[in-house]
Amino acid sequence: MIYTAGIDVGSTYTKALVLSADHEIVGRAMEPTGFKLAEVAGRVRDKAVAEAGLSDGDVSYTVSTGFGRHQAGMSDVQVTDLTAAARGTTFLFPGTRTILDVGGQTMKASRLGDGAKVKSFRLNDKCAAGTGAFLEKTARYMGYSTEEIGPLVAISKEPTSISGVCAVFAESEVINHLSQGVAPADIMHGAIVSLVGRSVQLMKRVRMEPEFTLIGGILRFERMADVVRGELQAEVNVPDGDLVQFTSALGAAILGHRRLQKLEKEGAPAGASGA
Amino acid sequence: MAYAAGVDVGSTQTKAVIIDEQKRIVSRSLTETGANVIRAAENAFAEALADGDLREEEVEYVVGTGYGRYKVTFGNTQVTEISCHGRGAVHMFPDTRTVVDMGGQDTKAIRVSPVGEIVDFCMNDKCAAGTGRFLGAASAALDIPLPDLGPTALRGERPVKISTTCTVFAESEVLSWLGKGKKIEDILLGVHQSIAARSAGLLRRVGIEDEVTFTGGVAKNTAMIATLNDRLDLQVNVSDDSHYMGALGAALFALDHILASRAPAKARQDA
Repeated sequence: MIYTAGIDVGSTYTKALVLSADHEIVGRAMEPTGFKLAEVAGRVRDKAVAEAGLSDGDVSYTVSTGFGRHQAGMSDVQVTDLTAAARGTTFLFPGTRTILDVGGQTMKASRLGDGAKVKSFRLNDKCAAGTGAFLEKTARYMGYSTEEIGPLVAISKEPTSISGVCAVFAESEVINHLSQGVAPADIMHGAIVSLVGRSVQLMKRVRMEPEFTLIGGILRFERMADVVRGELQAEVNVPDGDLVQFTSALGAAILGHRRLQKLEKEGAPAGASGA
Repeated sequence: MAYAAGVDVGSTQTKAVIIDEQKRIVSRSLTETGANVIRAAENAFAEALADGDLREEEVEYVVGTGYGRYKVTFGNTQVTEISCHGRGAVHMFPDTRTVVDMGGQDTKAIRVSPVGEIVDFCMNDKCAAGTGRFLGAASAALDIPLPDLGPTALRGERPVKISTTCTVFAESEVLSWLGKGKKIEDILLGVHQSIAARSAGLLRRVGIEDEVTFTGGVAKNTAMIATLNDRLDLQVNVSDDSHYMGALGAALFALDHILASRAPAKARQDA
């Protein structure tokens, strides 16, 4: 069996995934990115390979993606996060035309044409108010960790209005709400509504069309997809469980297999690089 | 002797100034604004009274300013902080034509006429980039107390280029520079330069005319003064009371009220 690895070096987390030739995910791993990108990328890849019960030599091709892809070191080729996300998303939901990817420090919207080609995209990585960092900050102002956001917001019935213009200014807003006795769950819910407002703006700018697929670490908070559904008045696809975080790594690994097939056609033997 | 007071309720700190009829500052106070804004305003005023050894009745008129000016419940009226900073700056430095006010959560560029009226102003009200909070983020990320930021940055020789705009992302950028082995003083000098560049952009939008007076809490930061001078290619005026400029302006407006309320009465007596 031929295996490829996809490594997604994101702004907040680095994800790696090992994929068999019949497109079965056999291993995955994730770690906070930190500042030593080459180290973390290597370590996360090793973990994913180990989880698959394979050894390093079993993986024929490694594709890196994400903002830190060029620092990842051990990869055979790098692809942009938009390309990887498009490939992973259409593998899971072939009807996808618009992707919203919300990560820790970026938000991306892209519209796809046939064959998972990216036709149009917009991104925000300049302002934390339009990224997962906004939710993290809001949670932290109230004394909650990022992992507590999901359970916390699940109990909210009514979102509080949060202006969401700036993740820093949100602090005074949050403190004001808390001092007026507003429940933290409703404040968190309000922050999600505000973030979704920005997401929809970004999606409008790529002239979104259905089907919509949502990916990225922030989508592990189910409320996020619920609010998007409500705002768009449309059904949205969301990969199962923590696959939302691995969609781009999956896309990178799929591209690895395509690349291998192409190399094979051109006469280079697959699975034996350099031979 | 009548006294006038100005209370400047800022996003981060609340300042109060009391002046006499000769427009001399007789007392001042500074307190954290915190969550209870009304109490912060009361405390600041009470402390200023105590500092000047004055009784509340001796202060004839109180003007509230700053973002929390409507929480100065004991105040007689409110004036925007733009007007107050302009007024205070022109009082301290009569040739002031441009004011740059850097506070905890906002930066303002104000152009004033020779008599201290506001001609134009511009502020970042939607984003914390280029405000005192940017320094706060760097201070937290590098674990260096705020008052030490300036002196540390001034030791920098090869400033890093801070590429992020957002204060939240700047925190991680600062750490990533540290991870790359850059010196703290070079990172901090880069942080100050980045704020100076942003403020200069704001100032350019109202038009920079000499003299420029630098007010607000951040004006105490020596590296901020130096990088701003560098960027603007001039020497900004900085007073020891730069922090109190808004409160001073408010107190001057309060004194106007006191004097105006007397004038007609006196005129009638004379008639």
